Amino acid sequence: MEYFHSVRLDEDKCKGCTNCIKRCPTEAIRVREGKARIIQERCIDCGECIRICPNHAKIAVGDSLETLSLYRYRIALPAPAFVSQFAGQADLERILGSLIALGFDAVFEVALAAEMVARATRRYLDNYHGKRPLISPACPAVVGLIQVRFPSLVEQLLPLATPMDVAARLAREEGAKATGLPREAIGTFFISPCPAKITAARQPPGGLAGPDGVIPLAAIYGDILKCLATAPVYPSRAGAGGYGWGHSGGENASIGGRRLLEVDGIHHVIEVLTRIEAGDFQDIDYIEAQACPAGCVGGALMVRNPYLARLELRQLACGLPAGPRALPDAGDSLVAAPFRPRPVLQLDADLVTALEKMRRLEATQALLPGLDCGSCGSPSCRALAEDIVRGEAQDTDCVFVLRDRVRVLAEEVVELARKLPPSMAQPERRGGNETAGNSGALEFAGPGRREGPGQRS
Amino acid sequence: MVALKDNTPALELAFPVRARDFLAGGDGAARIRQVLQQVGFQPAIIRRVAIAAYEAEMNIVIHSFGGELKACITPEAITITALDTGPGIPDIDLAMQEGYSTASREIQEMGFGAGMGLPNIRRCADELEITSTMGEGTRVKIVIYNR
Repeated sequence: MEYFHSVRLDEDKCKGCTNCIKRCPTEAIRVREGKARIIQERCIDCGECIRICPNHAKIAVGDSLETLSLYRYRIALPAPAFVSQFAGQADLERILGSLIALGFDAVFEVALAAEMVARATRRYLDNYHGKRPLISPACPAVVGLIQVRFPSLVEQLLPLATPMDVAARLAREEGAKATGLPREAIGTFFISPCPAKITAARQPPGGLAGPDGVIPLAAIYGDILKCLATAPVYPSRAGAGGYGWGHSGGENASIGGRRLLEVDGIHHVIEVLTRIEAGDFQDIDYIEAQACPAGCVGGALMVRNPYLARLELRQLACGLPAGPRALPDAGDSLVAAPFRPRPVLQLDADLVTALEKMRRLEATQALLPGLDCGSCGSPSCRALAEDIVRGEAQDTDCVFVLRDRVRVLAEEVVELARKLPPSMAQPERRGGNETAGNSGALEFAGPGRREGPGQRS
Repeated sequence: MVALKDNTPALELAFPVRARDFLAGGDGAARIRQVLQQVGFQPAIIRRVAIAAYEAEMNIVIHSFGGELKACITPEAITITALDTGPGIPDIDLAMQEGYSTASREIQEMGFGAGMGLPNIRRCADELEITSTMGEGTRVKIVIYNR
């Protein structure tokens, strides 16, 4: 299967350093020929490499405002975290209105859809008696992480559509109803805090329709700032609960009333998922897991500091009605396609062959220094061992193995240099005669000196 | 060493487990899980092994003076062996009962020792063999068939 990925490499900027390979949670990057190559099947678009790259060589590709012209009626779907970038500088109504100033015809707050999803989640948990904890599917990077690294937990993903998809479907219906236009003429555009959402919208699981386009927040941040003061006012329909989804803990707060655990930051999420797979956390009902620090406010395409953004979002939410107002019926917009594991880490499709490869992998790893330096272009010694077994690298890619080989070779060269044809006299013997003379002189001088004092005494 | 049909030797893994090392406790089980996933066992099998290996490893951490977690992997079955030196289990039947634990209050306050370790292992295992000698140590052998 071909994967569309939002996360790409800007070759000109990449210096071939090893920061990104070491940070990638699915070991999806290798440095080859001086450039960081993304292994497409493994990438989950979490944006960790974008965050870590000191040269800003990792980029997220989304849609631009120009794509709005493909549709006759354009609806913006701002993520709940979107407003955190401008909160404190303008009211919610004006922040939403700035999207109209940018060329949209209407705005459908994803925060509103989030409240519907929260309500549906609450009901689902009430009637759920299966394996616990259920895991939120709202963060597509976490879903990807589970599909790639924790396939046995796929069945614990809550089978409900994400607020983004729900918002897109409801907005499309509303737009069609309001304008009388066919659905194809209505364009829904998610304003995204992260690359994972861009990828999720491009290849919706099961082919169920989500938004028609995704615009990275960072791409329009400047435009919005510019028109914020003069933007028209656009009424908000969502409440504090929905906007809370923009930061970690907000989703759980809007579901409420149970043992709900929240975890943010992809490496922390990995720790929690590892525990769940080992059978822990069964007394937890639901896990809100977000790949980015502090939640969506910390998305890789966000501009503001995540912690400041969270503060601003919380303060903005304080001024909103807490619960859902007249919450529209979500109907069948909440239907989600089942998630499937992505077994891309497997060494071979055949179990016996894979087992043999794993034996070689373990043996190869034992010969590597275990420094995980990354100089070979693989993220760790184990990853290099894996690449060797897969036939994509060789052991001399390791500078330490190479150095050792050079040492052995050098010793052999020295050894060979000592060898002479039998017809030639051995240099030791020739030298031996000379040194014999020298040492003889020394011996002569030596005893002489030694005898000296004796003679004196 | 168990031999495969085509005479490929089984994949053997071994991890030392230190007593009371709660920070490293679980690392061995996590590595076994990772290996099984890369080899391509079904998620349901991996999960059972992951749970059994984790509980067995934590038992060494909690109850013993230290030991070793071993895995023997063939296409037919995964065998987990947890070996420790320690006080031994006085009454294995009692230890298999849910909620029974000899863990100290201090350990229980850390959230371990709920008396679910061995019962959880039994639920995941196709074969379970526990041998224990008082004052010497315990050996827990878990077999999970790949089917």
